[in-house]
Amino acid sequence: MSYVDDRFYADIVAAFTDWQRPELELTDVATRDECRRLLEREARLLDEARFEEWLALYAEQCIVWVPAAERPGDPRREVTMFFDDRQRLQDRIFRLRTGKAWSQVPPSRTVRMVSNVEVFRAGQRLMVRSNLLLTEFRAGETRTLAAWCAHRLASGKIEAKQMNLLERDQSLRNPSILL
Amino acid sequence: MSTSIFFEHLVQEDRVHRSIYTDPLIFELEMTHIFGGVWCYLAHESQIPRADDYLTAKLGLRPIIVVRDTGGKLRALFNRCTHRGARVCRESRGNARIFQCPYHGWTYFNSGKLRGVPWPEGYACDFSEGKYNLAQVPRVESYRGFIFGTLNADAPSLADYLGAARQPIDEWLDRNPGGRVALSEANRLKFKGNWKLAYDNAADGYHVVFSHRSLLETENRHAADPTKGMSFYMGKPDDAPMYVQYFGRGHHFKDKRPNIERRPGALWEIEGAQPGMAAYERLIRERLGAKALRALDLAASEPVNINIFPNLSILGNHIQVFQPLAVDETESVWYATAIVDEANELGGMAEAVNAIRMRTQESFPNFGEVDDAANFEEIQKGLAACEDEWVYMHRGLGIPGRVTELPDGTLKAPATDEVFMREHMKEWRRLMTTRPNIQLAR
Repeated sequence: MSYVDDRFYADIVAAFTDWQRPELELTDVATRDECRRLLEREARLLDEARFEEWLALYAEQCIVWVPAAERPGDPRREVTMFFDDRQRLQDRIFRLRTGKAWSQVPPSRTVRMVSNVEVFRAGQRLMVRSNLLLTEFRAGETRTLAAWCAHRLASGKIEAKQMNLLERDQSLRNPSILL
Repeated sequence: MSTSIFFEHLVQEDRVHRSIYTDPLIFELEMTHIFGGVWCYLAHESQIPRADDYLTAKLGLRPIIVVRDTGGKLRALFNRCTHRGARVCRESRGNARIFQCPYHGWTYFNSGKLRGVPWPEGYACDFSEGKYNLAQVPRVESYRGFIFGTLNADAPSLADYLGAARQPIDEWLDRNPGGRVALSEANRLKFKGNWKLAYDNAADGYHVVFSHRSLLETENRHAADPTKGMSFYMGKPDDAPMYVQYFGRGHHFKDKRPNIERRPGALWEIEGAQPGMAAYERLIRERLGAKALRALDLAASEPVNINIFPNLSILGNHIQVFQPLAVDETESVWYATAIVDEANELGGMAEAVNAIRMRTQESFPNFGEVDDAANFEEIQKGLAACEDEWVYMHRGLGIPGRVTELPDGTLKAPATDEVFMREHMKEWRRLMTTRPNIQLAR
């Protein structure tokens, strides 16, 4: 049932290459605000563990890509933290909901801050760059994860998200939350 | 009390003392007696394929540069300027003939030899003396791509050290085209716990259906008949044909292959659903016809855990490395491996196989290892109860006929037996009471 095939990979890799070009930046306030509101809604739904509603923000054929390489390359040739299609995102949600995912029993409490939103035109689609500061509390300790994100939007839905963690090539403690 | 009586007390037949996981002084001794005393895994040759390629790593806590020098020789240099001690190389990897210390500008060839110091006329000494070269690990060897090093001049040869573990390593490599793999990127985790908690777990067949319950339920949620992934642990795993084997010198093996039919495609059938599997499977079947199953099996996880004491575990298609950071903190790095098909044994389908293999390798670190790491952290927390002194590893002990000694001296037991833990703890105790003959080369 997965829609991921070689062409899909090639399309995603191309879409996330060389897209932050100044001449493509959209300065229209209304569009920017609409994008920002979508990212803020995503942050809140994840913070509130409303995972099914969160996934509903994504297009049917979606991908969440969290690279593990210092300089991310082609996911067909390197492992990532997430290269999740809808099925695997649903698997992550299912796992967290079993009550036996010990890395999330008890679950993390999180607060996500989204800022520095910039919008770029990409044909009929939009590419949105944002910064994310995620504070996580679990088992008596608080930690911070920082990332810059790229969202590919079409018709108001998220088609693909690439999350570039600051520490993507470093060892992470308990990387078990939905990113 | 002599150290030997001390360690006799800490490692007993059926249990070990909590302090071997919690005591900073014991951890400090381990860095000499274990990580200085035996062959430790350092890196894989595919990470430094060309002359002058290097990466930075650690041998125990010692910062090292693993390098293929200009002459092609594999070396493990101490990443520590002879002059004042600063790390001369601060990059994670690269290609360099020379390392220059950023502090006072001393330069070294990648053989470790001192190249020069700024304004040498200010020194009365003779810099051609070897004493100013970078220190390096005197014995560095590769076993079929796996680079190991030891500081101990009295250690056996690497081949002897690996001993009976060579056979499953050979089998693990030989299933791939050309009998080799190349490292890809890694899933990297760390946990607040002692490194031995991860090594104790490496062949543990007892924890699987409990620690990994969420993974098993997830893998099987769409399966008509729950047989995906590690489902063969359900029911009574000790009745299954899989087994655990102790090889000596702390190495062990959990062999799950006997649970799976020995026919092409059997491994592929139990692999859980991952992104891109269906499309690439279709492509591979179209191109390769009857030979497709062999290729698909290469995208599936090989059901073995080959654990080389103290810091390496070859499992599934992964090369997992345990890196102690402190008595209560450890890194667990899961390097993915890719197929390199130079002789085109897979009819041009190697890249398609790798595209699946990358996704299948993401499954366990994301859906399984995180829960183990959470449990390791909880052990470390539990062990703060200092009056409750013992940790038990006596499953199977004293049951007649449960552990079999094979003709080669290795021990074989049912999958959930803790005999492998008891045996590597005996080896640990032996090493902790033996002073290694540590030598540095320059």
